[in-house]
Amino acid sequence: MFFPISGAHISPIYLVIVGFVIGILGGFFGVGGSFIAGPALRLVGLDWNFAVGTDLAHIVGKSVVAAKRHRALGNVDLRLGLVMAVGTIAGAEAGAQLIQVLKRAGNVNLVVSIVSIVVYLSISAFMLWESRKTLKSQRGRSSNAKVKGLTAKKDKTAFGHVSRAIQRLKIWPMIALPTSGVKEISLWVILLVAFVGGVFSGFLGGGAGYIRMPSMVYVLGIPTHLAVGTDLFEIIISASYGTLSHAVKGNVDILIALVMHTGAAIGAQIGAISTQYFAGPKIRLAFVPLPLIGAAIVIYTLVSGHKL
Amino acid sequence: MTKETARTLRDFSIELAIYGLLVVAYFFLVLHLLGDWLYQLESQHRYVYAGVAILLIIGQAVLLESVTTFLIRMIRGRSE
Repeated sequence: MFFPISGAHISPIYLVIVGFVIGILGGFFGVGGSFIAGPALRLVGLDWNFAVGTDLAHIVGKSVVAAKRHRALGNVDLRLGLVMAVGTIAGAEAGAQLIQVLKRAGNVNLVVSIVSIVVYLSISAFMLWESRKTLKSQRGRSSNAKVKGLTAKKDKTAFGHVSRAIQRLKIWPMIALPTSGVKEISLWVILLVAFVGGVFSGFLGGGAGYIRMPSMVYVLGIPTHLAVGTDLFEIIISASYGTLSHAVKGNVDILIALVMHTGAAIGAQIGAISTQYFAGPKIRLAFVPLPLIGAAIVIYTLVSGHKL
Repeated sequence: MTKETARTLRDFSIELAIYGLLVVAYFFLVLHLLGDWLYQLESQHRYVYAGVAILLIIGQAVLLESVTTFLIRMIRGRSE
């Protein structure tokens, strides 16, 4: 199939399959999946600028489907999502500016690659340690049994004492997040977490769900299911902003995004529904390979010199 | 394989087949016709194109979510 905007010939079946796989991951983990979508689009010859912009447009559509499903399951905290969107957009702009500074210094590829490898490996290692520790401590309790529905959303982390200490910080203004079960938390803490996620999004590309979802669980103390659903809701806003920005610069082939999204729409529903059948620590444990895939792709591009 | 798993898989296969047919029809009827118009828009009115692009992807998301939800309800309703 010929896509006139980007001038690319790509099989629609390939796009639908890629969309489907990323849809499942996005619905289940609350990530955009750009670490797979970007290289997958590059693999069939799409220019890097179109791969980034088109992927963002596809992420918007996929997140709408998955967030709607999560909302029906009671997994979206709208207040938290709206506040986080503000921080993310500001952070994404800061990250993009940082890239411009590095571009002028002439070592952008090496710095971004090394930072992303360190970040990806750290997230994976930390989540592996934490989720295994939590699962071990819960062995023999109800969460280790077959969980479904509300029981699965009762969440504990081995890092819970840190998030409780952060919630106790009294830095005005404080807001309540009743949907997430947080009595009070400083608005600045939420904005800071979102801002850091946004910086990584602008700096490393994609939606940075691999940073934001774990941060919401470990720093803000949001239950995993709520973090997944709220992250998806927040991605709709921040990725829409990114799509508009890239479309104006001529980096979005919306026809490719629409074709990819037909697969992602059904994948995202499957992923979102599947979260009901897993407890928080198990979702976090299953999340561990995702940043590793991202790290493997970056290491490959560094070693081979091919930019996927 | 339990009876329930087998039924879920069968429902899912039917849903996927119907959804596949709808998507193929959608490719030819909608995306094919939109292609040239969007190409012109992208090359001549970039800001309008950006707005249309966002509206199209969100509109498609809402539409497909409704279609898949309807299919799931219809197929599960019949098999119960």
